[in-house]
Amino acid sequence: MSVPFRVERRLDCPAWLNWAIPVGAVATALLAGAVLLFFLGVSPLAAYTAMFRGALGDAWGLSETIVKAIPLTLAGLAVGLSFTMVVWNIGAEGQIVMGALAAVAVVRYAFVDSLPVMFVLMFLSAALAGGLWAGFAGFLKARWNVNEIITTLMMNYIAILLTEYFIYGPWRDPSSLGFPMTAPFPDAARLPLFGGTRVHVGLVLAILLALLFRVLYRWTRWGFELRVIGNNANAARYAGMDYMKNVLLAMFVSGAVAGIAGMTEVAGLQGRIQPGFSSGYGYTAIIVAWLARLNPLGTILVSFLLGALLVGGDTLQVVMRLPLASVQVLQGLILFCVLGGEFFRNYRIVPIGKGE
Amino acid sequence: MEILIPILSAAIRSGTPILYATLGEILTEKAGVLNLGLEGLMLLGAFSGFSVTMATGNPWLGLAAAVIVGMAVSAIHAFLCVSMGANQVVSGLAITMFGTGLSALLGKAYVGETIQGIGVMPIPLLGKIPILGPVLFNHDPLVYVSYVLVGFLCWFIASTRWGLTLRAVGENPRAVDSAGLNVSRLRYAYTMVGGGLAALGGAYLSVVYTQMWVEMMTAGRGWIAVALVIFGIWNPLRAAFGSYLFGGVGALQLRIQAAGTTIPAPLLLMLPYVLTIVVLVAISIKKGKGILLGAPAALGQSFHREERD
Amino acid sequence: MDPSLQTPIVEMRGICKAFANVRANVGVDFDVRPGEVHTLLGENGAGKSTLMNILNGLYIPDSGTIRVKGENRRFSSPRDAIAAGIGMVHQHFMLVPVLTVWENMIMGLPGLEAILPKKAVVERIRDLSTRYGLGVEPETPVWQLSVGEQQRVEILKMLYRRAELLVLDEPTSVLTPQEVRHLFDTIRQMTSEGHGVVFISHKLDEVMEISDRITILRKGEVVETLPGRKATREELAEKMVGRKVVFAVDKTVLNAGETVLEADGLCALNDRGLPAVRNLSLSIREGEILGMAGIAGNGQRELCEALSGLRPIQFGSVRLMGVDMTGAHPMKFIQAGVGYIPADRKGTGLVGAMNLRENFTLKNFWKKPYSRGIFLSWENVAGETGRIVERFGVSTPGLGVPVRNLSGGNQQRLMLGRELSGTPRLIVAMQPTWGLDVGATEFVREQLLLQRERGAAVLLVSEDLEEVMALSDRLAVIHKGEIMGVVDDPRGVTEEALGLMMAGTPMSVAMREACGR
Repeated sequence: MSVPFRVERRLDCPAWLNWAIPVGAVATALLAGAVLLFFLGVSPLAAYTAMFRGALGDAWGLSETIVKAIPLTLAGLAVGLSFTMVVWNIGAEGQIVMGALAAVAVVRYAFVDSLPVMFVLMFLSAALAGGLWAGFAGFLKARWNVNEIITTLMMNYIAILLTEYFIYGPWRDPSSLGFPMTAPFPDAARLPLFGGTRVHVGLVLAILLALLFRVLYRWTRWGFELRVIGNNANAARYAGMDYMKNVLLAMFVSGAVAGIAGMTEVAGLQGRIQPGFSSGYGYTAIIVAWLARLNPLGTILVSFLLGALLVGGDTLQVVMRLPLASVQVLQGLILFCVLGGEFFRNYRIVPIGKGE
Repeated sequence: MEILIPILSAAIRSGTPILYATLGEILTEKAGVLNLGLEGLMLLGAFSGFSVTMATGNPWLGLAAAVIVGMAVSAIHAFLCVSMGANQVVSGLAITMFGTGLSALLGKAYVGETIQGIGVMPIPLLGKIPILGPVLFNHDPLVYVSYVLVGFLCWFIASTRWGLTLRAVGENPRAVDSAGLNVSRLRYAYTMVGGGLAALGGAYLSVVYTQMWVEMMTAGRGWIAVALVIFGIWNPLRAAFGSYLFGGVGALQLRIQAAGTTIPAPLLLMLPYVLTIVVLVAISIKKGKGILLGAPAALGQSFHREERD
Repeated sequence: MDPSLQTPIVEMRGICKAFANVRANVGVDFDVRPGEVHTLLGENGAGKSTLMNILNGLYIPDSGTIRVKGENRRFSSPRDAIAAGIGMVHQHFMLVPVLTVWENMIMGLPGLEAILPKKAVVERIRDLSTRYGLGVEPETPVWQLSVGEQQRVEILKMLYRRAELLVLDEPTSVLTPQEVRHLFDTIRQMTSEGHGVVFISHKLDEVMEISDRITILRKGEVVETLPGRKATREELAEKMVGRKVVFAVDKTVLNAGETVLEADGLCALNDRGLPAVRNLSLSIREGEILGMAGIAGNGQRELCEALSGLRPIQFGSVRLMGVDMTGAHPMKFIQAGVGYIPADRKGTGLVGAMNLRENFTLKNFWKKPYSRGIFLSWENVAGETGRIVERFGVSTPGLGVPVRNLSGGNQQRLMLGRELSGTPRLIVAMQPTWGLDVGATEFVREQLLLQRERGAAVLLVSEDLEEVMALSDRLAVIHKGEIMGVVDDPRGVTEEALGLMMAGTPMSVAMREACGR
């Protein structure tokens, strides 16, 4: 069983690979998706064209893509922060929802007819809610080494059920007739929009936070600590870094940023909470973070890409009547290809010159 | 005591799909591979089982199809993690996303359909034992298979040569490699078997338990299975106990709801998830750092034969 | 029959093997005859382990032939090598800690029965144990065994598989002098039964004692193969390194100053929660090197960690310059001027994926001028890193290179530079020269002596008896977390006495016994 090549470990990774691998991965995933579509009796060409047109073909599509990119960027930054420390915050979905719930609570119980005040209140409460939601899992991990993947995931389910409780119960909008949802936000709690689009001020938040995170990782002491702990927890301990404190802090900040994403979704976009509010942004954010290799600026770019994918999925649903779940399949495929592609970062295939 | 019997019996049935997935993951993790794709695998299994049963009219074919699908999809995970050295956490998440999406996509056409699944098959003599009889021996064949499987796996792991290799490869793959065994092949095999069992658990839900297909019908059972592996400290018997515990909570939940209660449904539905956290915290506190004494030492780490120190 | 006329058990000719851009073996010829101990001698990185891993079936040579008992063989996996009668005892044991001795013995054995034949296996182990003098209790889980016992298990594993050629990779680095005697007895027993033994080592005295032939490797090539009995230490060292090697250590006489470190009745637990350091007291003064000899796994690591704040202290106290540091955060220790050079440089001391600048600033990034407020000043870090790189002779293509790309010697130089440049009061050095080539080893020892002259207190923990005897002003021996005794003049004590202490004999008894011979 001799093969004509051997696998060799790389000493360093050439810069062009940092681009080639993600691009190649996405391309491969689209190809695999095309095969799948074909077997489902759908023309891949028609589907992909429809997606492209819907997401990037006109100004409205572009603006919709940006609308989706906002929560993806924020959640992607959040998830990326925890991943940098190799703490697996899979709970962005729940933290987004909790942030939104907090914003609704503020509007319901502490309404002040002034946008700046409402903005600050909602921002802080959403950050606190998301932060505590994640921080709880962080505390469990720091204190008793409880597996954070499972705890954050369970809290996703709990958060969504909590939302259902509020939507169907105490916070139900009486004027919404048959459909369960909360009352719409008054104007003072709505984030201003850009032009005639649905793009809201959350965009500014997203970009600002991305820049902030870049500074954080590159130039601050805490960023350095996070990176060291994520790279080698033993060395971090040896260097006097406090693992427990950092786990807690990182999870809290991570949850807080995700909570802010939830707040911008409810205050900027939807104006109310309905069932299916978060629609998987928390999970897509994991792909965003991984594809962007935890790089904050790359997160913006990748969020745009995946936002386009989601808008394309919406288009597919309307135009070709494919269920929204199809996009999730494509997302899974992209992640597979990215994971496989990373192999080439560390190894290369070398053809064997002469045999023995 | 009498009131308990139907609840305990329901606990067994409700816990069986989780048990299959948990047993599968125990095998996978004992070999050193972390497979977080159980939720997706269960859903794919549920869908495959349902659709093939509908197409062929034979639920056993449906179950077989589910196992095959589970093995095939978990082979992707094995390929990424074992051969390509990818991050096992993220790969498992990708499997879950992919499985959830694919099952929903393909299952669209099947929502609302029902099938004739597998019925109850009481065991003649044993079923007559007071209390234990109706609780343990008044179920469908897959429950009995799961009993046998638990016992078999306990024996397999502790007393056979393959069990020895399994225990070794998850603790110190270098030792296994230097003994001349193929670590990759072992890990592929156990990942695929684990995936097949998880899919079987999912198929149990659609083919036997509900005899319907609903999008995302596993409702997080795959994740609970991952937690139960830890809770059971990688032991099949303890995993069975944990699975039935969760089965019981699920069954209890349904009964409370059916009995009419002022507790809002969403809060009741939270029970399994809250319980999972509680159970995980309890075992982590109890074992402390020593939980790592129960976990396979090389779990989640890629193995490559070191070229140079 | 004259051994030199018998067919060699194994004959390797023209072996070449390269990894990435490193040529590990270049045209190596090597053979072993029945009943012979053939030593492979060379520095770290000379290619010894690679050659043996090829023989063991773990690597496939790029070119060259292997003949076993006259027949050409190609090993594509360790199974082939084992089937051909070649057994290797690796430097890092290939044992599964949670499994018992008998389970480890048969793991992966071809032709093993489906149901594990425990009784038969246990019996056979006891047989082999008695025959070769390798006593070990078959039903014990391996993690409970001492390092020496684990090595016995590894050797038994090979004998169980009826290996005719045994390869021992640096077997004595984890043994007390008495255990080394024992091992040599076992080796002689094996050769008398016709087994061949490949002995890989860099310890010249041992090599000269046990070898029938010695093959010296340097930079992947064979320098010479010569008969063991006639070689001299100087000759071997010179051929190993390629230049004359000076053995004496130049140590000036110093008057020690104030007490820097005072540990009193220290008790600490290991990772499993079992006592590792028991009621241990010691003190070190300025300008003094306190050596600590002992076999690996007797609490050294836990002690070093306790002394740098990385391990909680159950009982007792640690005082630095009179200040009570018991229970203080590791950061406080660093700030108080404690430098710690851990044994595990890749895993603990350095972050492999990060570059030299980041690794340099690992333990001082919070200090000015490396940071201003919450921000780091990379320019300042780079400047100082550059200076350290030059002063400590770190050979690197640049400061932005990941540290894992550097050789072990250069990594150690960087780490030394980091720990020693801040003029520490106390230096805790654990196995600082392990795995380094002669040049780097000399450098490290020089630096430690320099620090001593500068007035630092040094705790030198080493398994290399020669090193610790040469460098220390006072010498302590640790066994099972306790100090067996502190020798005030290392020149006046024999290796044998030390060996007894390392095995648990209190100093007074050990000195008497050793002298009595």
